[in-house]
Amino acid sequence: MSALKIFDIAGSGMNAQSLRLNLVASNISNANTVSSSEGDVYKSRQPVFAAEFKKVMDKQNDGTSQVNIMGVIESQAPTVMEYAPNHPMADKNGYIFKPNVNTVEEMANMMSASRSYQNNVEVLNTAKQMILQTLKLGQ
Amino acid sequence: MTINFDTALGIHPQALALRERRTEVLAANLANADTPGYKAQDLNFSSILNKTLSKDVSLEKTQARHFGTDRRILGAEVLFRNPNQISLDGNTVETQVEQAKYAENAVQYQASLQFLSGNFAELKSAIKGE
Repeated sequence: MSALKIFDIAGSGMNAQSLRLNLVASNISNANTVSSSEGDVYKSRQPVFAAEFKKVMDKQNDGTSQVNIMGVIESQAPTVMEYAPNHPMADKNGYIFKPNVNTVEEMANMMSASRSYQNNVEVLNTAKQMILQTLKLGQ
Repeated sequence: MTINFDTALGIHPQALALRERRTEVLAANLANADTPGYKAQDLNFSSILNKTLSKDVSLEKTQARHFGTDRRILGAEVLFRNPNQISLDGNTVETQVEQAKYAENAVQYQASLQFLSGNFAELKSAIKGE
């Protein structure tokens, strides 16, 4: 039954959005983690999504696609250098390094991810109802 | 006179199958709402249904071994949607539009299902002869 494919599609969407939410949580909780060198400091992490066309070479391909998670990238934005000679983590020049996490951006990201997740749940619920009603056909 | 399922049920089984396909396409659109470069798709329902309904497209059989055109085969054509507003990442999914279409499609699916149920009820009462 091809309607069951909707579960796969919406499931892949939920999977992708929950990864995005996880990364937002990681970014926000590490927003104030300082480090004593630029290489060690936490960098903002972002997911990369791509459409995954199932069975492209297959004749049965009908054009619908799941969400494929290509990976997680670290933001290339510059990290924040702050002069704080009294800080226990300060390097020999008296600087500490703060992550390049933009908390405002992350909050917006979080809301977008949560809404997209809810969308997928709604799709799944509707599809489930449709299938259940079809099973009752003729009764 | 014989009653067969094809004539008794009419267009509704085909319509139901098509609605189901459309649900799938719209679900894929919503799942890929945040995928960069994804192009929203949809089925051109009326054109497919017209093609399915019109009897003009049937091929003439001049030999016994010729294939006929079965009107139940739905060559579902998937087209790309024209977005109202383009986005920077090349994604053409507009969530609110897709949600509206998805809800509309779900209702239409239920309508087709109701018609089918009615047909089956009629058949049942005909069989029972009540």
